[in-house]
Formats: sequence, structure tokens, C-alpha cells
Amino acid sequence: MAEKVLMKGNEALAEAAIMAGCRHYFGYPITPQTEIAAYMAKRMPVIGGTFLQAESEVAAINMIYGAAAAGKRAMTSSSSPGIALKSEGISYLAGSDLPALIINVQRGGPGLGGIQPSQSDYFQATKSAGHGDFKLIVLAPASVQEMVDLTFKGFDLADKYRMPAMLLSDGTMGQMMEPVSLDMGEVKEYDKSSWAACGTKCEREHNVVNSLFIQPEELEKYNFERYERYAQIEANEVMYDEYKMEDAEICIVAYGVAARVSQNAIDKAREQGIKVGMIRPITLWPFPKAVLNAAADKVKAFISVELSMGQMIEDVELSIRCKKPVLLCNRVGGMIPTTEDVLNSINKANSVGGDK
Amino acid sequence: MESKRITLFAGHYGSGKTNIAVNYALRLKVKYDKVVIADLDIVNPYFRSKDSEKQLEARGIHLISSEYANTNVDVPAMPSEAYSIIDDKSIRAVIDVGGDDRGALAMGRYAPAILSENDYEMLLVINKYRPLTRDCASTLAVMNEIETACGMKFTGIINNSNLGDETTAEDVTSSAAYADEIANATGLPIRMTTVKEELYDTLKEKVINCTPIKLYVKQSWAKQEEDLWQK
Repeated sequence: MAEKVLMKGNEALAEAAIMAGCRHYFGYPITPQTEIAAYMAKRMPVIGGTFLQAESEVAAINMIYGAAAAGKRAMTSSSSPGIALKSEGISYLAGSDLPALIINVQRGGPGLGGIQPSQSDYFQATKSAGHGDFKLIVLAPASVQEMVDLTFKGFDLADKYRMPAMLLSDGTMGQMMEPVSLDMGEVKEYDKSSWAACGTKCEREHNVVNSLFIQPEELEKYNFERYERYAQIEANEVMYDEYKMEDAEICIVAYGVAARVSQNAIDKAREQGIKVGMIRPITLWPFPKAVLNAAADKVKAFISVELSMGQMIEDVELSIRCKKPVLLCNRVGGMIPTTEDVLNSINKANSVGGDK
Repeated sequence: MESKRITLFAGHYGSGKTNIAVNYALRLKVKYDKVVIADLDIVNPYFRSKDSEKQLEARGIHLISSEYANTNVDVPAMPSEAYSIIDDKSIRAVIDVGGDDRGALAMGRYAPAILSENDYEMLLVINKYRPLTRDCASTLAVMNEIETACGMKFTGIINNSNLGDETTAEDVTSSAAYADEIANATGLPIRMTTVKEELYDTLKEKVINCTPIKLYVKQSWAKQEEDLWQK
């Protein structure tokens, strides 16, 4: 068994990125993710990598563009308002088919918001992290171990499909400490020679990395091609976890810290004889539509537990084609739903769902 | 254990300083009338002594912390009241120094006064299971950074090697060699090997100065689940 170490979510993520071969980190400080930058600042010089605190979030994401265009594994991290500033650059990465990992340790919003944990960037991450038609692979860790595993996975998927991936974490996941194993196995290398702008040595044609296509036929072609790749991802890369779903009559859908609280609530509800389980999306895009739709034929109601004003609930309703009622259990602004909050919703779903 | 008038806890961030400081202050209170604990962490806005303020005050331990601590106003600031530790010689003080050299730098402003009084102990909290202090060399590097930043030398070591809730007795005993190596390299005594209460009986004869501690400083999402102060 691999040796375990005790790590804070943010630093575990940073170490995992280094182990995944990331040698280029560009960022700008913001609570609650600053430990990622602090860790990179300490480690990158020791291992021959590059840590650079950019003059702004906009600069940082464009440095990522440069490193990714050269075929290097690159990562940036920020928290909600900072990700909004990076959105233009994220769209450019997607439009140029560049792999990179973007970390969002979410805090309360909108605006400058607050420094406490939140999940209110769900729409931003899964629907529109920038302008134009594009998707991000969005990974949602629910433990410090998953901060590690999904950072590794994020780099791999980004390279595999040549697109940016986002790890959507929150202040709680970033700040909590848990034992983790850093044994990630082999890093899969991808051949980037056909597109990376890393020097021709006068031996080949130039590779051009670009998102500007002024002929509409050409731009449409690239968009169609990109969406064919997205369809493959939806077919092959969905990740989720199930908890006590075998006999469940109520299905909680929750990710990240909301899933941690929900798991406790499920155990308590089962002590009261209520059969409730959970489907926890690990990929928020692609969303686990099929498994939710299948569950809709078995359970009488769903509960979307979120630290947002009802964002993921829309994907739950779409996935199950509105076959069953979906309740919302939420706290926002940096507040976390309590076990009792979730238990109350379970009781409500137990009666509401019974009517259908 | 005999205590000096001022006891400072410092170490790599996440080493367990704050929780040990809270435990230590509670123990001092049994013996001494006036005990204060000062939270001088200017770096981390989460998991601070301030989380335990009400419970500490209820036990007669005064908490000195920045007026911005735990207000969610992310402003690094020192508490104005901190100088009372220096001036009022009748109190026993526990100082929770912020993480790493950056936290220790802010503490340095009190160093000349503490050094001239010369009734203090500064303890290095170490955890073998933290990756950036996983061996003797990396721990000594962190230690040197802190000493340079605050202008004071450590006087002892607290081996707090743990893996959180999952810590086993074996995890603690197998960290003894690491702690010994650091003690030998620095010439500093191991003043405590801190272990969670459940492991105390198993370990009290097996490790140096075995000291049981409670986990008072909980992670925010777990805080609501369990309040140890109630027990």
C-alpha cells in the first residue's frame, strides 16, 4: 500500500499537478486558493519548473496559453472572481484546441462576494466559462484524495482531447486536511508534435496555434469537429459515484462538500427508515445523465443539494426529463447546508414524492 | 511539566500548532490563574484559535487575536493587545505563531522584548506526514526559515506526527526515529510527543513525553457534525 501523507486540499492538488508533469504554473493570488500558488512558488524552483505570479489574472491565463501552445503541461488557479477575469483566455484556449488545467476554488458571489466556500460557479464552469461555443471538462472533487486523483485525471483528459479542463473545487475542499496517497502511477505521454509550436529545427512546416478563422465555412467546420469530440467525451468519460442507491426511493444529487454533508444525512435518514441514496457527479461536464435517467424509473423524488441558488438542479431535471419531482436543498453566500437542512429536505421529498 | 512564562508554538503550516496551543493553554489554566492565548497568524483566515474563542473565554482563558480574525475580512493584521503579554508579567502566555516564515516574520516585532525577559520557550511543531516536512533535512529548512524570520531560536520540539483521524499507534511510533534525528541534529529536546487521547494508553510508555491532546480546531464542514467542547 502506498504511503499516506497529511495534506491540505490546495497543496495536495499542487503536488499532484507536479507529479502529473506540470512544470508551468502562472497565477495571481486570491483567497481561498493562495496555498496553491504558495506551494508552487516553493516547489517549482526546486524541480526546475516555472512559477510566475503574473500581474493579473488576464496575464496569467494568457501565459497558460503560451505554455500550452508550446506543448507543455500548464496550470493556473484562482477563485470565482478571478476565474471570471480569465474567461476570455479560457475561450481562446478552447478555440485553439489547447490542453490546460484551470483550478477554481470557489468562494461566495456574485461580485467580490466573500471568502467562504460556495458552488455558485456551476453555470460558469459547465455552460459558459467564456464566449463562443465550447465546453470544458469539469471535475468536482469531494475529498482531498480526489483533489489529487482528479488533478491527475484533468491533465490526462485535457491532453487526450486537446481542450482545457477545469477542477471545480471550493473553499472547504481547498482548506481541509486529510490523509492522501500520492501514488498516481505512470503519467501517460501524448504526442503533441503535430500541433505544438515548440520549434521546427528547420525540419518541418510551422505549426500554427490560432483561434482566428475569418472565413465562416472554416470556423463552422472547426466548431462542428470540436462538438464531435465533445460527443465522444460524453459517451466515454462520465464519472460518478453511487451511495446506497440499491434500494433507494429518494435520490440525492450532490457534488463536492455538499455530497459530504449529504452522506451524513443519508445515514441518519436510513436510521429513521427512509430509503435514500445519492448519485454524486464527479464529472459535472459531461454530466451523468444516463444514470440519473435510469434512477428516475426507480425513485419517487430527487433532491439537488447545492451551495448555489439552484444551478445543478437544471441539469438534474433535464437528465430525468422531468419524470419525477426535484427538490432543491441549498445554502449560499459561504454557508454550508447542515445535516439537518438535508434531513428536512429528505422528509419533504418523502411526502411530496409519495403523491406522484 | 514546568512552563516558562511565555510559550510559543511555531512550525510549518498545517503542523497542528493551533490545536496544540489550545490544548496547552487549557492545561496551563489548571495551574495558573491568568492564562492568555495569542493568535498571531496573519496568513491563514481559516482554522484559527479564534474559532474556539467562546469556549476558551468560558474557561477563563483570554484570547488575543486580530480584530479581523474570522470576520471574513481577509486583512493580515496584528492584534493591538499583543503587547500586554510582554508588559503584564503576571500572566502565563501561549503564542500561536502563524505558519511558516511568513507568519513568523510578523511575530519578530515582539522578539527583542521576549528575549530580554528570557522566560520563554519556543517549540517547533513537526509532523513527519506533512510532505514539506517529511524528513529531517526539509524540517530543518523550515525551522531555519522560521528562526531567521522571527529572530528567535527554538528551545524544544513537539513531535505531532499524525494522519488526522486515521492516525494509528504505529504511525506515531514509526515517527520517533524522525523526531530523534531532528533532536540530534539540532540539540533540542523532544518536549512532547502529542497523540490523540484514544492512543494515549497504548503509547504512553513507548514514546518520549507522550501527551494526550483533543482535536479542538475542526475543519469547517465537520464543525457542525461534532462539537468536542460539549463533551
